[in-house]
Parts: sequence; C-alpha cells; structure tokens
Amino acid sequence: MAPVKVFGPAMSAHAARILVCLEEVGAEYEVVNVDMQAKEHKSPEHLARNPFGQIPAFQDGDIVLFESRAIAKYVLRKYSKSAGVDLLREGDLKEAAMVDVWTEVEAHTYNPALSPVVYECLIYPAMRGVPTNQKVVEESLEKLKKVLDVYEARLSKHDYLAGDFLSFADLNHFPYTHYFMGTPHASLFDAYPHVKAWWERLAARPSVKKLSAGMPLKF
Amino acid sequence: MAPVKVFGPAMSTNVARVLVCLEEVGAEYEVVDVDFDAGEHKRPEHLARNPFGQTPAFQDGQLMLFESRAISRHVLRKYKTEEVNLLREGNLQESALVDVWLDVEAHQYNPAISPIIYQHYLIPMRGGTPDQKLISKSMEKMKKLLDVYEARLSKFKYLAGDFVSLADLSHFPYTYYFMATPYVSAFDSYPSVKAWWESLMSRPAVQKVISQLPKQ
Repeated sequence: MAPVKVFGPAMSAHAARILVCLEEVGAEYEVVNVDMQAKEHKSPEHLARNPFGQIPAFQDGDIVLFESRAIAKYVLRKYSKSAGVDLLREGDLKEAAMVDVWTEVEAHTYNPALSPVVYECLIYPAMRGVPTNQKVVEESLEKLKKVLDVYEARLSKHDYLAGDFLSFADLNHFPYTHYFMGTPHASLFDAYPHVKAWWERLAARPSVKKLSAGMPLKF
Repeated sequence: MAPVKVFGPAMSTNVARVLVCLEEVGAEYEVVDVDFDAGEHKRPEHLARNPFGQTPAFQDGQLMLFESRAISRHVLRKYKTEEVNLLREGNLQESALVDVWLDVEAHQYNPAISPIIYQHYLIPMRGGTPDQKLISKSMEKMKKLLDVYEARLSKFKYLAGDFVSLADLSHFPYTYYFMATPYVSAFDSYPSVKAWWESLMSRPAVQKVISQLPKQ
C-alpha cells in the first residue's frame, strides 16, 4: 500500500492535526511541503487538491481530501481497526456523540480563544515582522480563561474530554496548544490543574512527542 | 420512547440546523425555549446542559449534548435507515466527503455569511445601523466561496456527491435568512448553486422547519 500524502508544511498546526492521527494508528505517510511564501498553495496543482487554496490537503490513492479535521477522521476510520485503536467511538452512540461535542468545542470555542495568542506572539512577528498586538492578546486571554474554567470542571470529572478514554477530541487540541506553550502566556494553564495534567498526558504520548520535535517553538 | 428535546429559541439558526435533521429522520421532538433576554442561558439549569451558556442544547434520555453539528450527527446516526443516510459513515470515501463539506460550511461559509445575517437582522433589532463596510467585506468573501461551490455543484448534484447529506443541510439555516436580505441577488451569478439551494428548499423536512419559524 502506498503511503498516504499530506500536503503542507510539517510545522503547520493544521497539518499536525492529521499527522498526530497518522502516528496514533501507525500508518505510513509522506509530508509533501507546500511553499506558502512562493504562493504554491494558489497554484493550479494545489487548487486541484484544495479548491480553497489552503493547506493541508491529502491524498490516498484516488481519494483527495481537504479540511484537516475531515482528513484526520478519514485516517482514523481507515486504519483504526488494524491498529487496534478507537479514537472516534463510532460503534457507541453515546461515546461518539461526546467525541463530536468536544471536537466541535475545540473548533468553535477553544481554538478561536487560544490561537490569536499564538498568531500574535509567535507567528506574525516571525512571518510578517509585525509587533505583537497586545490588545488582541489580552482580549483572547480573557476569553481563554472562561473556556478553561469549563475545561477544568470537565477534566476534574473525566481523564479526557469525551469521557475516561482518549479520543480524537483531545488530539485536536495538540497542535495549537503546543505552540501556545511557546508564548509568554504558557503559565496561564498553571491556574487550571486538571487542564494542565490533561495537557501533560497528551504531550507525553509518543505520537505527540515525535511531532513536537518537528514543531519548534522559536520561529 | 420519549421525544428528544432541543433547548433554544425556535428562530435560532443553530437550533434550526438540528430541527431539519430531526425532520429528515422523522424523529419525535420537542423544542424548549431558552429566554436569552431574561438571561436564562446563563442560569445553572441551562449551564448544566451547555456549560458555555449557548444554544442549542439537546437531551435524548440521559444523554445531554451541545454544539449543533455534534447534535445533528447524533440524530442522523441514531435514526439512520437505508433510505435516510445523511452521514454515510459505513462508506470511507462518502463519509469523508460529507465531513469535508460540513467543515467547509462550518469554517468558511458560516464565517462569511453570518456577519451579514448579524448586521442585517440583529443590529437593527437592538436599535443600531448595519455596518455596510463589514457587509461588503463579507459579500466579497462569499463570492469567492461561491465560485468554488459553483464549480463543485456543476459536477455533482450535492456537495458530498450525488447524494444529499448533512453537509448540504447544514447550509440551510443561515442561507434561508440570507435569501430574505437585499444581497440575495448575489446567488443569481451562480446557477448551479441556485439550483442546489432550490432543491434543498423543496425538501419536505426543510419546508416543515420553515413553517415553524416565527414570522419576521
């Protein structure tokens, strides 16, 4: 079986979302870089894979996909059985629903609060040479604290977000949280002991450790 | 089996997303209003259902859920039949395409269209004036998206392929409200998109949810 291909820079948080799932199921894969500086993501070749001209994109034989969470789910559905992992729980109505709920929370609530801090503190200064917009950072941190209040309550009842089992919902938090820990605001998590412990459990996973090594915190 | 409960205002777009799925599968349900003006969404009873104080929330027996797309997935999974299979979870390729276009709706279409709905409907309700600059900016984003949708829907009847899915239905609520704004003419330049929208509107489930929306 040919390795599947993930198109996009390996250090991209959205690509990492897919790569962590590939690592968890032990699938063979290849990362094909897309040179964003050279506008390769807008080339006809890339647009054929992702019509919105974004990264990542994905190829498994004839199947071409985009949108990182959709790609990651495809990977989990395809390889889970042979790998002996079950990170989607689609065989159990209640568990699958909880995975879906907290996957949506990451996408619509956690990430919008946390990622602006990553962009302002790490990405924009490095890639655009602009100073950090402290107002955006402060507003985002206020939102993030309210979100972490809810996460703290949830994770004081269960080891993981969907229940007492690791799932796709937890893994989705890895990439941007990893980068957040490289900002000056990492210590925010200290005020949320159960969230911190949950993050440390995720960070200790072999899949996460392996990928983190390729995602330097100094840009 | 007791009817499932959907908590939230019936006119809310995110509530409507769940209701159209319930109608598609023919499940019995009850809509329980949540009074935002009275701050009901921030009270302990509602926070127990949705810890972020948002709507919708959902109850199916002992199972409490929130996030409209997660609730919708649960409904479509639970009540799936041979005829009504809107997630295609048994098929690797089809389910992936449903997920792709549902994520496009959530992460691209919705962020482009919802500021227009918000500015056009909600701001005046609070005595303000719509921000035309913001609306124009959103319309520019919409047009770029619709270029891609037009290309897709000129090849396939629906977004995930030649079968209707949650990806299509998820577009209904915000698009429905958009169609009643002056900006609706933007869709005239996209004949395949327009035809797709008309076929969604003709679905009995969609018509049923529309008939239950409070009159503007």
